[in-house]
Amino acid sequence: MAANIGPKRLVVGAHYGLRDWLAQRITAVVMAVYVIAFAAYALFVLPAGYETWAGLFAPLWIKIATLVVIGALIYHVWVGMREIFMDYVKPTSVRLFAYVLTVLWLAACAVWSVQILWRV
Amino acid sequence: MSTTLQEKKRPEFKNIHVTQIVRYRLPAGSVTSILHRVSGALMFLALPFLLWLFDLSLISELSYVRLATVLSGWFVKLVLLGLCWALLHHLVTGIRHVLLDLHIGIEKEAAARSALWVHFISLPLTLAAGLKLFGVL
Repeated sequence: MAANIGPKRLVVGAHYGLRDWLAQRITAVVMAVYVIAFAAYALFVLPAGYETWAGLFAPLWIKIATLVVIGALIYHVWVGMREIFMDYVKPTSVRLFAYVLTVLWLAACAVWSVQILWRV
Repeated sequence: MSTTLQEKKRPEFKNIHVTQIVRYRLPAGSVTSILHRVSGALMFLALPFLLWLFDLSLISELSYVRLATVLSGWFVKLVLLGLCWALLHHLVTGIRHVLLDLHIGIEKEAAARSALWVHFISLPLTLAAGLKLFGVL
């Protein structure tokens, strides 16, 4: 290990790549479990109509679970969009602008989803 | 430093440009991969629209009825069908990615086959969603 460390070689980093890669998979699994369970329940078990639908989101634990999944979604989208911009948008200024717009867009969606869930 | 740079012109490898992609005959894995990006970006752009629909469904009985009116338009149905495809494709491709990360089906032939299987699973499910959306099912 120590032999690799010197002025001409960088062997340690912030591990952004590994962190993003791992976060992308963990958030994906969290979302997949929620989406599949939710879709199965809503499509095959839940009776149609406003009362049952709104009632589904009434308990606190489902609000929290849904918000956590939305949080996972937003982090997942950020990693994915950042990757797309890094690959296709070469001028640094334009890419930075795209990052800022993405963060604002996602922050707005996050705040809005809190409002939607806690109004029920 | 500067002399060695002038002497040796090192080869440069860049991403292929979007305009070049259309002239490439891409293997199944590449098509699946690029569609994973396209579907992800589509859902990213549609996020506020979906939140708006979710909001309408929950505010009150009145807004719930309004949602039904919004969803009755053919254009909205078409957009939703596109998003259904995006979600299903993204989900199935994502499961494939996780399996590949676990070294399942990592051989060339198996990976090429699973790249096709993504469509065999996601497209019929999209069709079912479409039939449900347009009231056939």
